[in-house]
This record gives sequence, C-alpha cells and structure tokens, in this order.
Amino acid sequence: MFDFVAFIPRAVAQSIPLLYGSTGETITQKSGNLNLGIPGVMYVGAICGVIGSFLYERACGTPEAMNPVLTIAIPLFFCLLGSLLMGLLYCFLTVTLRANQNVTGLAMTTFGVGFGNFFGGSLIKLTGADVPSIALSATSNAFRRTFPFAATTGWVGKIFFSYGFLAYAAIIIALIAAHIIRKTRTGLHLRAVGESPATADAAGINITAYKYAATCIGCMIAGLGGLYYVMDYACGVWSNDAFGDRGWLAIALVIFTIWRPDVGILASILFGGLYILYLFIPTGMNLAVKELYKMLPYIVTIVVLIITSMRNKRENQPPASLGLSYFREER
Amino acid sequence: MHKKPKEPLIHMTKRDLVPVKNAIAIRAAAILLALVVCGVITALATGLNPIEVYITMFSGAFGTSRRIWIMGKEIAILLCISLALTPAFRMRFWNLGGEGQILIGALGTASCLILLGDRLPNAVLIPVSLLAAVLCGAVWALIPAVCKARWNTNETLFTLMMNYVATQLVAYFVIVWEVPKGSGKIGIINQNTEAGWLPVVFGNRYLLNILIVAVLTICMHIYLMYSKHGYEITVVGESEATARYIGIKVSRIIIRTLILSGAVCGLTGYLLVAGSDHTLTTTLAGGQGFTAVLVAWLAKFNPLKMVFSSFLLIFLSRGAGEISTIFGLNKSFGDILTGIILFFIIGSEFFINYKLHFRGHESKGGKR
Repeated sequence: MFDFVAFIPRAVAQSIPLLYGSTGETITQKSGNLNLGIPGVMYVGAICGVIGSFLYERACGTPEAMNPVLTIAIPLFFCLLGSLLMGLLYCFLTVTLRANQNVTGLAMTTFGVGFGNFFGGSLIKLTGADVPSIALSATSNAFRRTFPFAATTGWVGKIFFSYGFLAYAAIIIALIAAHIIRKTRTGLHLRAVGESPATADAAGINITAYKYAATCIGCMIAGLGGLYYVMDYACGVWSNDAFGDRGWLAIALVIFTIWRPDVGILASILFGGLYILYLFIPTGMNLAVKELYKMLPYIVTIVVLIITSMRNKRENQPPASLGLSYFREER
Repeated sequence: MHKKPKEPLIHMTKRDLVPVKNAIAIRAAAILLALVVCGVITALATGLNPIEVYITMFSGAFGTSRRIWIMGKEIAILLCISLALTPAFRMRFWNLGGEGQILIGALGTASCLILLGDRLPNAVLIPVSLLAAVLCGAVWALIPAVCKARWNTNETLFTLMMNYVATQLVAYFVIVWEVPKGSGKIGIINQNTEAGWLPVVFGNRYLLNILIVAVLTICMHIYLMYSKHGYEITVVGESEATARYIGIKVSRIIIRTLILSGAVCGLTGYLLVAGSDHTLTTTLAGGQGFTAVLVAWLAKFNPLKMVFSSFLLIFLSRGAGEISTIFGLNKSFGDILTGIILFFIIGSEFFINYKLHFRGHESKGGKR
C-alpha cells in the first residue's frame, strides 16, 4: 500500500522552494520580464541567508546565547537583501539598459550559482570541517519549529502541521500574490504592463516603476525559496550544488499554473510529489527506472505547455510582451 | 506665454547605426572595465596585486602547448554549439535546448559505439554513429519546432524543459550500460579497441575536432549570409508578417531551421563522445548549451565573430580556473568572474544602441 502519511509531508517539503520560486517568477513575468535568472537568485538568497546565520552563530558561540528573534531575522534579512540586489541588477540591465532578457537571465544564473558555490565553499574551508558542508543546526532548529500539537494529533498533525513557518508563509504569499494580481488595481496595472506596455504607458502607468517593483519583489520571494531549502528542508546544511535544478523547475511551474500563484500551491505539491515519487515506487533493484520517473515533472510541464497553446484560450496565454524590453520612442 | 515643458535630466534616443569602429571601441572598453573590476575582486580575494592576477590568467590559458590545445578543443566545442543555435536565434526562435540536443546526440553516438562497437568495422561505424547523433539531435529540436509552427507554443520554455528530459534519459542509459555494474558510470567506451573513435590526425588528439568546427563555421557563415535559406531565416526573424506577405511559408522555415540547429547540436554531442571525451555522462555538455547562447548573442549572431566571443569566454573560464587552483579558491570563482564580465558586456550594448542627451546640452543645436 502506498504510504500517503509519509509521502505527503515529504512532497510538501519538497514543494515549498518551488512554490516560492514560481510565485516570484509569476509576479515578474506578469510585468513582462522573463527572468531566467531565478535559479541563480535562489542560490544567492540561500547562500546570503547561510552567511548571515553563520556570522551570527559564530558571534554568539553557543546556541543558548542566541536571541530567538535575531536567529530568524538575520538570515531572513540577508537573504532578502541578496536577492533584492540580484533583482535590481536584472532590472537595471533589462529595464533601464534594455538588454536582452534571456541573455541577462542566463548570465545571472551563471553568476548566482557560482556565487553560491564559491561562498559556500569558502565558508566550508573556514570551518575546517572534514565533510564538504556547513551545518547551522541552531538556526535550522529555529526555522524548523513546528506547531506544538503537530506530534500529538496523529496523521492530521503530520500532514498539515509538521512544517516550519516559512512553508506556511509561502502559501500565504502565494494567496496574496494571486489576490493582488487578479483583484486589485495594482494588479490590473501590472498585467497591463506585461501585456502591452505601450498602451499602459499611454494610460499613464509608470512602466519602469512597475517592472522594477515586480521583478525585485519577485526575486525576493524566490530568494526565500532558497532560504527555506537550506534552513528547513536541508536541516541547515549547505553543500555545493545541492539545490540542483529546482530553479528551472520553478520556472516550469509558472507555465504549469498558467500564471496563477493560487493554483501554484497545489501544483507545486504535485510537482514536489513527482520529484520524489521515484523514492516511493517499488522498483526493486532496477535503479535505472528511477531515473525515468524523475522526468515526470518536466514531461507534465511540456504537455501543459502544448495543451494551453493548442486551446489558445486568451486568459491562459503568457503575457503578450513577455521577454521584450520597452522603449517609449519605438513604436 | 509659451511655457516650456520641464525637460528630463537624461533623454534617450535610439541610434540608427553606429560606425563599426565605435561599436568595437565601446565593447572593448566594457571588457577592459570588466577586467579591471575582476582584477580588483580577485586581488581582494587572494591578496595578490591585480597585475599578477592577469599574468596568472594568461599562463593558465596559454602557459604550455598542452594548455593551448585544450583551450583550442574547448573553443571548438563551444563554437560548434553556438553555430548550432545561431540559425534559430536569427529567426528569433530562442532555442535554449542546446544542452539537451547535445546530450541526445551524445546518447545516439554512445549507443552505436557500445552496441555495434564489436560488430562493425570503423569505416562503417563512424558514419553510422555520426548519422545517429545528427538524427537524434534533429528530432529533439524538431519536437518544439513543430509545436511552435502549429500552435505557437512558447519555445523558450519548451526547449528548456527538453533539456531535463534528455538529462534523465541519459541518466537512465548510463545505469543500463554502466561498467562495472553498480558503479553508476559508463567509463571510457571501447577503451581497448578504440572502435568508433575519431582518428588522431597529425599526431594531435584534438586537431580533428578543431578542423571540423572550422569548416563548419565557414559553411554556416555562407549558409546564413549568402544563401536563400539564410535570407528566409532573417526575414522570418525580422517580421513574420512580412515573410508571409512575400510568400515565405513561416512554419516550414521554422521546422527546417530547427532541424538544422538540432542536427548541429547532435554533431557536437558526437564530437564530444567520439572525438574527445569517449564517455557518456549526464554532465557531458556541462552547461555549455547555455554559455553558447551568450557566445552567439555577443557576436550578434554572426558566425565569424563567434570565433572571438567563444575565445573570450573560454579564455576567461580557463584563466579563472587557473587562479582558483593556484590560490586554492573554489572552482566556482571562475563563474563569478565570467558573470561579472558578461554583465558589463550586456550593459555596454545599451551604449551601442542608444544615445544619451543630458539636459542643457540640448539647446546647443538650436531647434530639435
């Protein structure tokens, strides 16, 4: 029998970085910026959080000396700052300097992954440990604190209450983002900027401000996904390249959810489930088949991509000016 | 009476055409500036003076003849991928699937080498495995192309996803063919018989790869710049409506071009497996499918200029690699430097395409 009580919490834990990444990328794409630098941003967010908490843990010495508020606030602040800077860089190049978005995004991914692995590697060297990883257990314990009744309420507790606060924050952020995009005036303006910047400009919307704000907020949210991965999912252990290709999967998720963060909550859990399904399917000694199962999230995304383009429903399409920079004097 | 509207501090206009000399000067200035920034950062990280940093980079790239050959091989591979992506890019089809198309080509080659290695003579095996690689790559690019042509499916995201499908497919076959069982690796294919390996010419292992890519560069340049096909690609890229108006069948061009693009990526996979690495891993392409996008874009999708841009990127990565080995820095240091230099070059394009007018200087010319 398939063990759902063990499977669902792991799928959810796996899904949260994806949810953060895809919510951030959705907001970014709604403004017409296709930020392929998200994988890099998530690395930078994660490593900045690690640097922050590493410095704080060192400064305090023992876990008892650490202030519980600062333990969480410092990594959070560093993570947001790091990803904000990446967002600003992307905006400066693509919005102000009107560079090609695909190229800028790919360069940012190269840079971000390198940045993460470089500082990760340097911190590992600083600690002088034998294993190639940093363990920040005190910080991680603070991030992983669950509801007190999670352990006592049986399977309900395991499935619904056994996560750290960042997991619930991801869901709340996704809901808020969905509400703002679909129901508010700000969201309407944002969508207008992504669909047709010339029209939006004529209507008096400040294109540059919207693109900057959406992309930077998007990057900060995506950065939190990196932080969640290190502090919660990986129990505060940073090892190089461990984050893997989750950033690309988050971009896939944006398409899968047809640009709706609220759909993203369940979709990311589905993706998380597909991502780890190979661990739960009995294949015996045949390890090779497991590799084929890992293909599932990507194949599902491709199928969704094709189906939405075949049905060609207007509300399910990518923002019309996605990937194009806007110059007012060019019509 | 007539109130003058407030002028913005900086006003931008698009330039028509920059003289080649200026464009080169702007790019060179950007690269120089980037190198200075990189030097300073490296100096801070290693405690060296920046001049020594550059010397280390040079010796890392050109220090010994072996290093020069390795560099040549790496340039050839990167250039080959960039050449593959270019026809698609000139059509504004963002083929980010180079990585996957290479891997599938490599898989095609490896399967021929492993399954047919003992049965066919080299004279047959080499063309067969080459054909397999080219076909596999072409098919991998054809799938998104058909969807783009028929339903206008977003190709950037589609090709991106195909990369991971290819990676997992390779991971599957690596385990199926692993030697020895349980190692999770294929190791060197046909190590004893060297069946299906490209021959060593003029005593150098990498020379044939380099020659093949050199010929390919010239062919691709002629194809894109002087052939009817190349012209059609450019028209479709500039404006699909115009292309349709003058009777070009856009969907046919998309499919034809992507078959070519995928086929050359497959060829790269072939060169990697049969020519230089003689093995198959999931990281065989090593992110070069993405680097090639940057190479092609830096050269403004001109095959001959790509020789320079691929040289620049490989030089940087090898130079930075040398710095990190000598000073015990992490290998990723090279990625950071590459990233910084790319940001500068990307930013510099702005000054080639746009012109800035500052408030106050405007009135010099009288009326606008």
